[in-house]
Amino acid sequence: MLKKRLISCLLWREGTLVQSRQFQHTNSVGDALTAVDFFNTWAIDEIVLLDVSRTPKHRALFHEHLRELSERCFVPLAVGGWVTTLAEIRQLLSEGADKVVVNTAAVRDPNFITMASESFGAQCIVVSIDAKKNTTGEYEVFVNRGKDAAGMRPDQLAKVSEERGAGEVFITSIDHDGRQAGYDMELVRLVRQATSVPVVASGGVGEWSHLAEAIIEGGADAVSAANIFHYSDQSTKKAKDYLKLVGIDVREPEFYKILLPRKPVYRV
Amino acid sequence: MIGIVNYQANNLRSVANALKAIGAEFFIADEPARLAKATAIVLPGVGAFSDSMTNLRRLGFIEPLQQAVRVEKKPVLGLCLGMQLMAEKSFEFGEHEGLGWLQGTVEKIEPNDQSFRVPHMGWNNLEHISPASMLLQSIVQPAVVYFVHSYYFKPVAGAEAVVTSTVSHGLTLTATVEKDYIFGCQFHPEKSQQAGLLILQNFVEYTKQHA
Repeated sequence: MLKKRLISCLLWREGTLVQSRQFQHTNSVGDALTAVDFFNTWAIDEIVLLDVSRTPKHRALFHEHLRELSERCFVPLAVGGWVTTLAEIRQLLSEGADKVVVNTAAVRDPNFITMASESFGAQCIVVSIDAKKNTTGEYEVFVNRGKDAAGMRPDQLAKVSEERGAGEVFITSIDHDGRQAGYDMELVRLVRQATSVPVVASGGVGEWSHLAEAIIEGGADAVSAANIFHYSDQSTKKAKDYLKLVGIDVREPEFYKILLPRKPVYRV
Repeated sequence: MIGIVNYQANNLRSVANALKAIGAEFFIADEPARLAKATAIVLPGVGAFSDSMTNLRRLGFIEPLQQAVRVEKKPVLGLCLGMQLMAEKSFEFGEHEGLGWLQGTVEKIEPNDQSFRVPHMGWNNLEHISPASMLLQSIVQPAVVYFVHSYYFKPVAGAEAVVTSTVSHGLTLTATVEKDYIFGCQFHPEKSQQAGLLILQNFVEYTKQHA
């Protein structure tokens, strides 16, 4: 049977990883390379790396970091943020990304999804949808790092994206992000029902039971979390231990070896 | 030395990273002529079947590949779409001719039960592992590897023996194929941590013995 996946979402901003609360970046938590090593060791099933920098002017550094960390990442790596052209996708893939995450461009230019899917295959194109309830109480998609209302519902975008060739939908609740109160289950279910491609739940994990909830009750094929995995030893392995304990079919939560141990570099 | 066929398949870097991590000697064959120097070949692949065949053709890889595999019988490992390309033909977006090293076709995954989502994306168990498998020798059970695909290789009747392991996703799908010196993985060993790297290691050892 296909396993349910645990995904670690790394928010990369101007060279360091950050934690986020309702899309506001709260603090820096260190470098991406270290995170990739730890999470690979601690039984993570997949890593999503997003460039959430406020401007694209740090792209060269982002690409450099991607090239370094992909060399040591032996689980699938999805990469996103500032992806608007086929050339950009080609570059990310050539630098070791296995999948590419598209967010704002999926709304602004739906044909981009079609072109990307035709060029690189559906399995390569993840559409990321950021949503929250608007003032009328309806779910609405927000783009441009959660700032601009897109004037469409997340389930509509999920459906359109699938029709245009997206292979996976990554749904994040802006309101739940960083609140540690659990995923927006209504939103997860809404998107899950709108599409037949795999759905990843994101935003709001405060305890391991939230992961199980999105899988069991929300029907998510994979669960992603970010903040909660930082600062604590064996975090992603403990999350997997929990999922296994409650009977969810996951890849074995054991320790995996780091193949290329890094030598310490001391700055004098 | 192993030559990785660079026909602008997009996960070439991941394959190279994995071979590097296990200490294999390899080079990236940007030009078809360089395949003549390879003692074994890795054919990576993601994306669409017809696009990839078109790229192989456009870049002039078809002849050198046929020469290396059919005539010189160099060990070859196809990964994911690279494995599917070794089939006779594919029904992905029309009907397309493949490299023809494996008797069979590439068909869409259509589970009867809608709860099985397509693409088949994620980690899944290898099943029905053949004791004779070279690729999967000394693999630790349960062997769990990373898949992402919407099509699968279906051998013609009578040629089922090439399938040395399967995976279950609403129906039974080919996971690995092995026919003499021709090998293929539907999953991504380069992205399947220890289990996947062991498979690559097995292939690398095989190529050393059959150089």
